[in-house]
Amino acid sequence: MFNFLKRDKEKTKEGLTKTRESLKTKLQNLIWLDNEITPEFWVGLEDTLIQADFGGEATMQVVDDLRARADAERIVSPKKIEGLLKTELAKALNDANQTAPTRGVWQAKPHVILMVGVNGAGKTTSIGKLAKYFRDQNKRVLLAAGDTFRAAAIEQLQVWGERVKVNVVAHQQGADPGAVAFDAYQSAVANNADVLIIDTAGRLQSKTNLMKELEKIARVLQKGDPTAPHETLLVLDAVTGQNGLNQAREFQKAAPLTGIVLAKLDGTAKGGIVFAIAKELKLPIKYIGTGEKIDDFAEFDAEEFVQDLFEG
Amino acid sequence: MFESLSDKLEGVFKRLSGKGKLTEADVDVALREVRMALLEADVNLKVVRQFLERVRARAIGAEVMQSLTPAQAVVKIVNEELIATLGEPAKLDLAGAAPHTIMLIGLQGSGKTTTAAKLALHLRKQGQRSLMVAADTRRPAAIQQLQTLGKQLDINVYAVDPKTPPPQICADAVKHATASAYSVVILDTAGRLHIDDDLMKELEQVKSRTNPQETILIVDSMTGQEAVRVADEFNKRVGLTGLILTKVDGDARGGAALSVRSVTGVPIKFLGVGEKPDALEPFYPDRLASRILGMGDVLTLIERAQQNLDQEQARQAAEKMLKAQFTLEDFLQQMQQIKKLGPLTQIMSMIPGFAQVAKEIPEEATEQQFKRIEAIIHSMTPQERRQPDVLNARRRQRIAAGSGTTVQDVNELMREFKQMQKMMQQLKSGKGRGLPRFPGFPGFG
Repeated sequence: MFNFLKRDKEKTKEGLTKTRESLKTKLQNLIWLDNEITPEFWVGLEDTLIQADFGGEATMQVVDDLRARADAERIVSPKKIEGLLKTELAKALNDANQTAPTRGVWQAKPHVILMVGVNGAGKTTSIGKLAKYFRDQNKRVLLAAGDTFRAAAIEQLQVWGERVKVNVVAHQQGADPGAVAFDAYQSAVANNADVLIIDTAGRLQSKTNLMKELEKIARVLQKGDPTAPHETLLVLDAVTGQNGLNQAREFQKAAPLTGIVLAKLDGTAKGGIVFAIAKELKLPIKYIGTGEKIDDFAEFDAEEFVQDLFEG
Repeated sequence: MFESLSDKLEGVFKRLSGKGKLTEADVDVALREVRMALLEADVNLKVVRQFLERVRARAIGAEVMQSLTPAQAVVKIVNEELIATLGEPAKLDLAGAAPHTIMLIGLQGSGKTTTAAKLALHLRKQGQRSLMVAADTRRPAAIQQLQTLGKQLDINVYAVDPKTPPPQICADAVKHATASAYSVVILDTAGRLHIDDDLMKELEQVKSRTNPQETILIVDSMTGQEAVRVADEFNKRVGLTGLILTKVDGDARGGAALSVRSVTGVPIKFLGVGEKPDALEPFYPDRLASRILGMGDVLTLIERAQQNLDQEQARQAAEKMLKAQFTLEDFLQQMQQIKKLGPLTQIMSMIPGFAQVAKEIPEEATEQQFKRIEAIIHSMTPQERRQPDVLNARRRQRIAAGSGTTVQDVNELMREFKQMQKMMQQLKSGKGRGLPRFPGFPGFG
């Protein structure tokens, strides 16, 4: 188990290092003389956060708070301030993680995970990787092809099923996703599966009818197990800007979320919108996707994530 | 309440107005609000800076500082500069000898395959015969996805063994298209990261072997600050001729469009506005500018109304309103029409100045209110609906019981309905001066 986690950590680092190396841009101007807090220092800090998709207003708030604190505590070292900021940011993410339900312990069998998100966020790929992740822990995994809308979404999940060697419950394109979920649940029980991961069609959070469909999938699952789904993970593309917060808000209303999978973190985007999400909705990031390969996936590490915000 | 940029600027200048003549520093205070609005809309920080320099140069001129309405003058400049930066809409370049090759490129999940099908359908309406090429050999089932779409739309798809290198596939496809008299070839390439050197090289090869007339970057309208780096890299490596902004039917402000447009200088050609194959729209810079500024999108609202409303019913209702013969039955019908446009909060968010109000009202509350009003009217007899004056205390009690509401709720509705009728009377007699409130929607007055 520990080896496993360690391996993941290394993999995350690998993914993140790759990002740094491939970026030939110079570091943000966050290198200062260590006893002089200049106006440029604060501007540099602001720019770093804004360019990480932290959000304009959120950035101002954080930097203003930090300035007030620097004045009050007579902090004169920029390095110390940067350190404080990193600690605060990591703490915000870790706090959200601690309050999150169903962390670690699986009480139900099958443990049902519903994957939701907007179109193109990376749901199906994340499911493939998550399935591999659980298989490596010797769990019996079953997948449900709940995206019955998009052309060839079912086939896409089936390819992942073959790669990971887990079964996929699927109906025809156009079938009722609730029915797929119900069948998959029955099948998971019959086959003694430890975990059932349900794919859903991508939907923009502003489409009310499609959002209602998610509620229906949850209701159908609850016929089998009133506590299901035990986790509902929002897959968020790391390149998403301020709309990410709206996504989290609206999906939260339709299908109470338990966490976030931050996909495509191998690019140059930082995914800073997750701070606003953690702050407002107390939603933790659980996993990150760092590439197209099956093992490009890891548990989230707040400290590394924050460190990466300030590099490249 | 201060949501839209113009509201915010009104606030800024009101605070400053006590001091007499406006100074450059005053303009800078206002520009800070503009900066924030653009950042919240995901316009890239560097693009924002350049943009504000242009706005500032104009604003400190006579236009703003001597204006009696400086807030509006700033908004006007910002809006004009935005429209200018977003640029003119451009058509696809299909000049010269057929087949014309269109290459679609972009990050993973930006919407290339869906857009390929939309373009093929759009071009068919113009009499073009397209061949879609499945050049995404990486993502599982990407080829099947294009084939399924092709089958649905009856558009041919060129697909071969996925072990074939994509540049080879594309070159062969163009040859095949020439031989088979297709007029357009649409290359659906795999999604890739702009920093993935191997895959960017592959795109360069596809380009050099097919010599496409159009190389279009597909940009997700939800993209944040990185849009600039992504577009810049694709443009430098492959060379772009146009942009298509996707998922515009969502609620993202779409500042990425401004970023991408200003860094590449190539025109925006279309907007993707839905999952259906015909959901491809021309681009209007003024509409996108309003959207980026959070100033509402009245034109889109009007379009949606035209598509969804029963014109005849609407005309009849309008006539009745003007004749002041509007009854509760008409009111109910109107409400049902409005519901067709989408959730009320979403409709409101498209109206200038209402975006913030819309945010503050929980969607369920408005839906509930709608349901309550519906239930109350449904619990009335036809006579009561036409002549609400007959509603005495007993009738009101019965209606409240029948609709699961309280007498207060019934009274509230009747009061608002009366007000609405009064207003219509004024309209009829020509005394009315616009609509002073949102009649019939308690809470928005």
